[in-house]
Amino acid sequence: MADESWAHSRYDLQQARSPDAPDTTTFNDPRGDFGWIHSYETGSTLDGPGIRVVVFMSGCLLRCLYCHNPDTWHLKDGTRVSFERARTALEAYAAPLRAMDGGLTISGGEPLVQVHFTKRLFAAAKGMGLHTALDTSGFLGGRADDEYLRQVDLVLLDIKSWDPETYRRAVGQDIKPTVQFAERLAALGKPVWVRFVLVPGLTDDPANVEGIARFVALMRNVEWVEVLPFHQMGAFKWRSMGLNYELSETLSPSPELVARVLEQFREAGCRAR
Amino acid sequence: MPDEAIAARRSADTPVQPPPKQPSQKRQAGGSPAAGAGNESEAEGVLNEWLGFASGRWQTVVDVRDFIQRNVTPYDGDETFLVAPSARTKAVWEKLQPYFREEIRKGVLDVDTKTPSSLTSHGPGYIDRDNEVIVGLQTDAPFKRAIMPYGGLRMVEAGLKAAGFEPDPIVHETFTKYRKTHNDGVFDAYTPEIMACRRSHIVTGLPDAYGRGRIIGDYRRVALYGTERLLTAKRAERALLDAKWPTDDVIREREELSEQMRALTDLAEMAKNYGLDIARPASDAREAVQWTYFGYLGAIKEANGAAMSIGRISSFLDIYIERDLKSGHLDEVGAQELIDQLVQKLRIVRFLRTPDYDALFSGDPYWATECVGGMDLNGRPLVTRTSFRMLHTLTNLGPAPEPNMTVLWSKQLPDGFKRYCIKVSAETSSIQYENDDLMRPYWGDDYGIACCVSAMRIGNQMQFFGARVNLAKCLLYAINGGRDEVSGEQIGPAASPVSGDVLEYDDVSAKFDTMMEWLARTYVHAMNCIHYMHDKYYYERLEMALHDQQILRTMAFGIAGLSVVADSLSAIKHAQVKPIRRDDGLIVGYAIAGDFPKYGNNDDRVDSIAADLVSTFMRKIRKHPTYRNAVHTQSVLTITSNVVYGKNTGDTPDGRKAGEPFAPGANPMHGRDSHGWLASCLSVAKLPYADAQDGISYTVSVTPSLNRLDQGEKIAQAVKVLDTYCGQGGFHMNLNVLNRDTLLDAMEHPDKYPQLTIRVSGYAVNFVRLTREQQMDVISRTFHGE
Repeated sequence: MADESWAHSRYDLQQARSPDAPDTTTFNDPRGDFGWIHSYETGSTLDGPGIRVVVFMSGCLLRCLYCHNPDTWHLKDGTRVSFERARTALEAYAAPLRAMDGGLTISGGEPLVQVHFTKRLFAAAKGMGLHTALDTSGFLGGRADDEYLRQVDLVLLDIKSWDPETYRRAVGQDIKPTVQFAERLAALGKPVWVRFVLVPGLTDDPANVEGIARFVALMRNVEWVEVLPFHQMGAFKWRSMGLNYELSETLSPSPELVARVLEQFREAGCRAR
Repeated sequence: MPDEAIAARRSADTPVQPPPKQPSQKRQAGGSPAAGAGNESEAEGVLNEWLGFASGRWQTVVDVRDFIQRNVTPYDGDETFLVAPSARTKAVWEKLQPYFREEIRKGVLDVDTKTPSSLTSHGPGYIDRDNEVIVGLQTDAPFKRAIMPYGGLRMVEAGLKAAGFEPDPIVHETFTKYRKTHNDGVFDAYTPEIMACRRSHIVTGLPDAYGRGRIIGDYRRVALYGTERLLTAKRAERALLDAKWPTDDVIREREELSEQMRALTDLAEMAKNYGLDIARPASDAREAVQWTYFGYLGAIKEANGAAMSIGRISSFLDIYIERDLKSGHLDEVGAQELIDQLVQKLRIVRFLRTPDYDALFSGDPYWATECVGGMDLNGRPLVTRTSFRMLHTLTNLGPAPEPNMTVLWSKQLPDGFKRYCIKVSAETSSIQYENDDLMRPYWGDDYGIACCVSAMRIGNQMQFFGARVNLAKCLLYAINGGRDEVSGEQIGPAASPVSGDVLEYDDVSAKFDTMMEWLARTYVHAMNCIHYMHDKYYYERLEMALHDQQILRTMAFGIAGLSVVADSLSAIKHAQVKPIRRDDGLIVGYAIAGDFPKYGNNDDRVDSIAADLVSTFMRKIRKHPTYRNAVHTQSVLTITSNVVYGKNTGDTPDGRKAGEPFAPGANPMHGRDSHGWLASCLSVAKLPYADAQDGISYTVSVTPSLNRLDQGEKIAQAVKVLDTYCGQGGFHMNLNVLNRDTLLDAMEHPDKYPQLTIRVSGYAVNFVRLTREQQMDVISRTFHGE
């Protein structure tokens, strides 16, 4: 079990440790009374159906080479916000979001780092009649119990690669928890949009794409596979944080490459865009 | 004045006497559906020209709305019936292209420097006589501008010099020695205090040296009634005035009516020069378009108004087009041709203006605003096929700023029309949207938009246009005891400046309140002087001839810098703001410690400050009596002048540096609306329309490239967004769908993008004709964060 492999390691979330942030203090918030939020954005049309409010939680255990939000890696990159305040802020958008067939998406960072807080916020959103979406890598999927998933209408599941070596190179972690989470979602029949970031020279190998496509094609709960072309819009964050950005020379994929990958997914029987 | 007052002041009916027997009313040979129905109907009192129309009140009094109500054919389908431009339309368009190209390079192409423009000053002019279905130019040649010195000679001569033309000595002599102008009159009445406010730019753009505009003649009346019947109606109005004791007001009104009647006679004369008889009503669709355009052409020959809206003509014209389509007199190609060619004419209207004016309002705008859509008071959509045809000109002729296409948006509009609007927006960025559900209760269902956002009932309401005051500067005056933060000069009333090392909210608020009191009073004072003189020396005789005699007048005040002031007060309240003083004590900068809520994030702590500011300033304005008892209104609108306002304003307590642009209209300050467009929209939607009845302008730009939805889904989504924004009380949305690289490339290679159009606060412009500063402002505003 993946769970056991983290226990008492630096990935153990009871310690809430990020791999490269040894100074991150522990926290324990079983009731979800507060959360560390990096920011929120209203009006997104990309992160689920309709018009959405997207809350970016801070804290993530992955270190994707192409991450465009490296400023959300550590818990304390965010602001400590009480649940009440977050709920009130969301409520101010509830009516227009309902009118626009939208809802709340929690992204990050990794929302499942702060599992109690995000569960409570999702529940509040459901109470307001909003559609809810969880944007996750699945790496911490084991932390989302069935009760948690009942508050979530849609999972935006990032499958960052299929080949375990490529996966580890791209994100610095093991692919297994993500696969297990995906299987669990399929068993539950939970609607999923699979997302795949297409990075030339990193994730674009046909076999790598093929692996995801075959895996996903069998899952009837997957409504969409979304191919997200890599872009350099996050580069300035890496630079301003003084981080070493390995992909600074990488170009966005050509339209031909994007078309090829979409075709691979479609060939395998996925609904891709 | 409260809204009930506006609602209560409906127009008096203007009777139309039974038509004089006119043998000449027979139609032209080959004529229209009604031709030949002839004399028997006339014996029953129905004009040939009106055959086939449902009869009603409109036949006995001048009432275009009644005509529309009884005859309009709402259309709830989609755009698939639309057709490409006709060969004739293309030929005319081809002829115009060299002028457009040349103009981008050279600016003003030609001016008649000698002849002050009037209805009959110039002979007929053509572009391509064989192919023009609709005729009429401002002068005797396309792109030849006219001079209109009645507003002010200085503006004319400055405009000429800037364009490389020599002012004419005879015109100069006439308008300095023998004939006084509006401009001269205003400066005779101004006080030193007003002059100081003008000089220091706390009050800017006042129409004291140029035409005030923002008056919409009911040009449809020319088509529906012909000038002869309109004259008859005016005579009846005059008879009522003749019976009244001649107070100042009555004498003025009598003189105005005489002027109006002269204008109608001259308008018929102007049309006659083109070989057309508009004394009688229009008899078919082509004449209806032509007559309506002649009415408008007359207006722009005599008035160089900043904004010269055409009103709400599409669905009116549709009635004529429908009649001709039914009778087989016209087909769809012919119908589209009429609208395309009308729009071609509107796209080549040019006024002579000065570099100062261009710095405020770039790209030669004149706001020929045309309204399409909207619902009627019985819940029926006023969308017709010609609403589609009007928007379709943006496809047939390519995007363009004029006419200023304005969709009156209602949640109840037919879905096919909503979707078409969004589609055209996405392709052309040339449409603005205004909330019909918000305006209809105030203005009924036959209002038009003057300029950008000012609603008025067509034919029985006008406004005294008043540009705007710089509210941010007013705040700085409050802090500095009435001294200007740039020049140090004492402009406002001397008061004690802020003392101490930290700005205290209560102290600054109290001082600001007093300073706004002073500014409001000075502003109304100036406006009364301006409009008294404008009526006296530069009366819009033709536009007013196309109004009822009894009308509602509004006086439209405006504020700029709303978001700067709201954020400044928020900073003072929620953070710590330290003033930085010069040696002589003048506060010229601010040091801010801590964070504060910023307008544009759907945060009531600061949004309520913005909303209160609107209401507070309106209250102060309303205290002061107006010229001709006009009803006070207010707008939150800057057009492109936000750049110039910012240039003339020092550091502000919100952290904005001296010279930096303000946000346009009611927009949040650039980059401070950090939670996305929905938050930003909702903040703007909180501004109270009841205290800003002259409109609240909001500009949104979106980049389409990231969206993975297909076209149909995108459109459906955008429709929902507009429905929701309006449902939340949003008043106006300028919608741009833009690509950053395109704009950057256009800055470097303007000749490649002659038609690139974008919406700025309240109107659309040719991007390549903006000043470089304004281009940069647009780009940085639109694409922050990338």
